[in-house]
Amino acid sequence: MEHAAAHTGGASIKAYMVVFGTLAVLTVIEVLIPLRFGFPKNVQVILLVFLALWKALLVALYYMHLRYEPQRLKWMVIAPLPLAVILVMAVLTEF
Amino acid sequence: MTTQAAALDRGGMDATEVGMGVYNMKLGMWVFLLSEVMFFTSLIGGYIILRGAHPDMFAQPGVVLNVPLTAFNTFLLICSSVTMVLAFAGIERGDQAKLKMWLIATAVIGMAFLGVQVYEYIQLSGHGFVPTVEGYRAEGAPLYGTTFYTMTGFHGFHVLMGVLALWYLVIQAFRGKYTAGSHGAVEITGLYWHFVDLVWIILFTIVYLI
Repeated sequence: MEHAAAHTGGASIKAYMVVFGTLAVLTVIEVLIPLRFGFPKNVQVILLVFLALWKALLVALYYMHLRYEPQRLKWMVIAPLPLAVILVMAVLTEF
Repeated sequence: MTTQAAALDRGGMDATEVGMGVYNMKLGMWVFLLSEVMFFTSLIGGYIILRGAHPDMFAQPGVVLNVPLTAFNTFLLICSSVTMVLAFAGIERGDQAKLKMWLIATAVIGMAFLGVQVYEYIQLSGHGFVPTVEGYRAEGAPLYGTTFYTMTGFHGFHVLMGVLALWYLVIQAFRGKYTAGSHGAVEITGLYWHFVDLVWIILFTIVYLI
């Protein structure tokens, strides 16, 4: 079982806590960007989307253990993401 | 133990999907979550399109919505994610006490998230920001109320389902159902819970900050 546990998380408790701390800090930065920093709107949007995607990626890779899953499952998870983009772009074009 | 065998062993399940290298329940949860990606993409995409077409109808961050309160709620959800992985890490080592403690913590924090969301709804509706035709027009922001309540409401519903699942896990944990060799339900419920957290990270940015 030791082998299985190592495979599962990669995931030491320390790694979980580092991710937690990173998520918390990034959230604080996110909140400060629109409320305190005087960036132009388009710069704000780029920064906020980048930070949100970074946080989402951390959750998926470490808390959902995707980083340690078999390669085929990773591809299965990645597959619908371009479809999601296509969905939004297609509707945008039609609108 | 090979990597694939380890992955299959994790759930302690008889039924396995050898081709994907994970047990069936877990594969099923991932497929479900991927359908949820498309579901929330539709909602978020609709919001982006409507907001892009009618920018004057949507308020800037902090004007209508309470960003600090929701930032606190976001922090709560992040905390619940870490307690969930700690519960999982606990049962992987066969530690029943940690499993129970962290599962209860996760469920309680999830309920706190919902409580804050209900409080937010009460505050907003008290100021006339409600998801009805007359209501959102009262704010001078047509579409804003409808899209806001639709997205956050559907997410809140997902959190509610997650909390119910977590309390079910707590009950089963106290019955001694999970062991180091058999805890697939804890893992797949965790996957769902983290996905709900992940969606909120995106929603918080798009609805409250941009």
